[in-house]
Amino acid sequence: MKLTTKLLAATAIVSATSAGAVDLEVMHWWTSGGEAAAVQEFATAVNENTEHNWIDGAIAGGGDVARPVMVSRIIGGDPPAAFQFNHGLQAQELIEAGLILDLTDVAEEQGWEDIVNPPSLLDACTYEGRVYCAPVNIHSWQWMWLSNAAFEEAGLEVPETWTEFVEDAPALREAGIVPLAMGGQAWQQNGSFGVMAVALAGLDNLLAVNRDKDASVVRGEAYGQVFQAYADAREMAEGLDVQDWNQATNAVITGEAAAQIMGDWAQGEFAVAGMTAGEDYSCLPGLGEIAILDTGGDAFYFPVTGDPEIEAAQKEMAALMLSPEVQVAFNSVKGSLPIRGDVDLTTVNDCTQKGLDLLANGDTMPSGNQLLSPDTTNQLNDLMTEFWNTPSMTAEDAQERYAQIIEQAS
Amino acid sequence: MAIAESADTVAPERSAPQKRPLRLFRNLSSKIALIPMIATAVIVFMGGTIWTVVYSFTSSGLLPRLNWVGLDQYERLWGTTKWIISIQNLALYGICSLVLTLVIGFVLAAMLDRKIRFEDAFRTIFLYPFALSFIVTGLVWQWILNPDYGVQGVVRSLGWESFTFNPLNNPDIVMFGLLIAGLWQGTGLIMCIMLAGLRGIDDDIWKASRVDGIPVWKTYTRIIIPMMRPVFVTAIVLIASGIIKLYDLVVAQTSGGPGISSEVPAKYVMQSMFGGQNLGQGFAASTMMLLSVVIILVPWALLEFGGRKRG
Repeated sequence: MKLTTKLLAATAIVSATSAGAVDLEVMHWWTSGGEAAAVQEFATAVNENTEHNWIDGAIAGGGDVARPVMVSRIIGGDPPAAFQFNHGLQAQELIEAGLILDLTDVAEEQGWEDIVNPPSLLDACTYEGRVYCAPVNIHSWQWMWLSNAAFEEAGLEVPETWTEFVEDAPALREAGIVPLAMGGQAWQQNGSFGVMAVALAGLDNLLAVNRDKDASVVRGEAYGQVFQAYADAREMAEGLDVQDWNQATNAVITGEAAAQIMGDWAQGEFAVAGMTAGEDYSCLPGLGEIAILDTGGDAFYFPVTGDPEIEAAQKEMAALMLSPEVQVAFNSVKGSLPIRGDVDLTTVNDCTQKGLDLLANGDTMPSGNQLLSPDTTNQLNDLMTEFWNTPSMTAEDAQERYAQIIEQAS
Repeated sequence: MAIAESADTVAPERSAPQKRPLRLFRNLSSKIALIPMIATAVIVFMGGTIWTVVYSFTSSGLLPRLNWVGLDQYERLWGTTKWIISIQNLALYGICSLVLTLVIGFVLAAMLDRKIRFEDAFRTIFLYPFALSFIVTGLVWQWILNPDYGVQGVVRSLGWESFTFNPLNNPDIVMFGLLIAGLWQGTGLIMCIMLAGLRGIDDDIWKASRVDGIPVWKTYTRIIIPMMRPVFVTAIVLIASGIIKLYDLVVAQTSGGPGISSEVPAKYVMQSMFGGQNLGQGFAASTMMLLSVVIILVPWALLEFGGRKRG
């Protein structure tokens, strides 16, 4: 994994100010098998291409566990050299408080504006015209994964759209297959609702709600249909009690369930199970109803340390993370899409190719993290999981309460 | 220690023989030795509590900030279904857990106290779950209650095909699934405390009640249990503090699910502070938790401890 001479020259300029090797502690919550292997690619890149040392600060338990640890370290005056966040509104307060290193000079030098695709990723890192984070990958939610074997067993064609899928549901039930797999966690249920909203109510309506916080759209007819469809989906998912998203994915892999609405990270599970896209499983971006993907993902932020040596090393690392070689190595292992349009992944299957095509066409939208504050997301998670698990709660109730949360959101 | 000793020698000099010794200087060495603990209690506990209450009236997000919003956080809190359900769940869990832990703990202790064989072995078995963290307990019981691999699966594989026992996926009874795990973990310790209390009862009392022909159960309920009052107080304090901070068991076993049917207040606090990055909301919820503890605990503590001093 050698860097291009161009990049070496670029990093050399940045590192010219650095006097010597620095230990860089990097905090993140990538601890599952594939994730840890992907992080290792970063560590190797830093250790081999710079004179600095990558000190791994992994925190198990996911973002909700890791974020408070990171924030308390930063506020407490003992910041790590870099930390992972989902870019968007999560880090805004830290930036406002002046705790995050301004990366604008690195971004300009490396031409991030030209290479980062889609540009909304860089926008999410930008606050009042300055760049504060380095995006490293793209994950999108708008996927439905289908088990070809399950549809075959029920004597059906694999559907091409959500509408067809809903029509197939009774036949699947008769064949003893649960039509829709859904895990028990709130974020899965709210996330699936978001996917259905953009697929069934359209992008304009979704943005009116999530970006402009227009509660009247939530109370409108288009969203009403989404809530109704979601209530139907609730019935389709009955009969499968699983908690984690990967257990739900596993039900699709074994053919116990026919389909799952889940982000592209689910594809890693199919790969681990040795299944081939197109043959063993199918994928429908945008539920087959709409050609669009959101561009969420992960980014690294670099806290202000006040030490010029560390600062130089942090900037060097930021540049390295976006370099073509590191992007390919990292994203190939992680199963996510690279944040630059000018590199080729080593292994691309049918589904990944569909995603890359959509990105290349610019069929993208901002992710939930970029539009809604964590507080609002948390409230919506609670509401949607309550709706999902309370059969007596009607779609109209949920619609009204959803509208109230959007009204309060800032 | 050096400070304490020197203080000891200083104290009598100050209290001149003709004057009455000042109350402040009585037991001076022990008071000086207590200063670090008092400072910790005042600064850390009291200070932290006041700070939390103050900031619950602000719109603090990820970082604490003094933007006053009055009672907004509390209005939102009491308008949130999840919070109401959390309170109800905690009340249900609390009452069941308190009663059952005391009853089971005492019955087990009384049985062990009947000088049975292998008492040590039983005591170890019953106390063993207490050595596990709640996270482990939660995961173990999540598997035991799993419909496919756990109790339901085993019974069905034995032939009872219609047997249904799936508490963790039924919103109506999920709290009892948590309760089973909580009792399994908690009763051992209470049993040991009770056993220690029973061993502290003089043998002569047993002999006397036997001479008078009082039945064994009556001896327990009328004589032994009233004598063990301090032991019960200790046990209740331990159980109650465990109930209020119920969090890790829920996280490990159900993560508040299905839906929000097994949410608890402590989880609501954590979730809004760190998941939702809304410190103000979390502080408001924790202030309400503190308030409820104060309302229940203070009158009880006054009755229990204040009363005895007077009498």
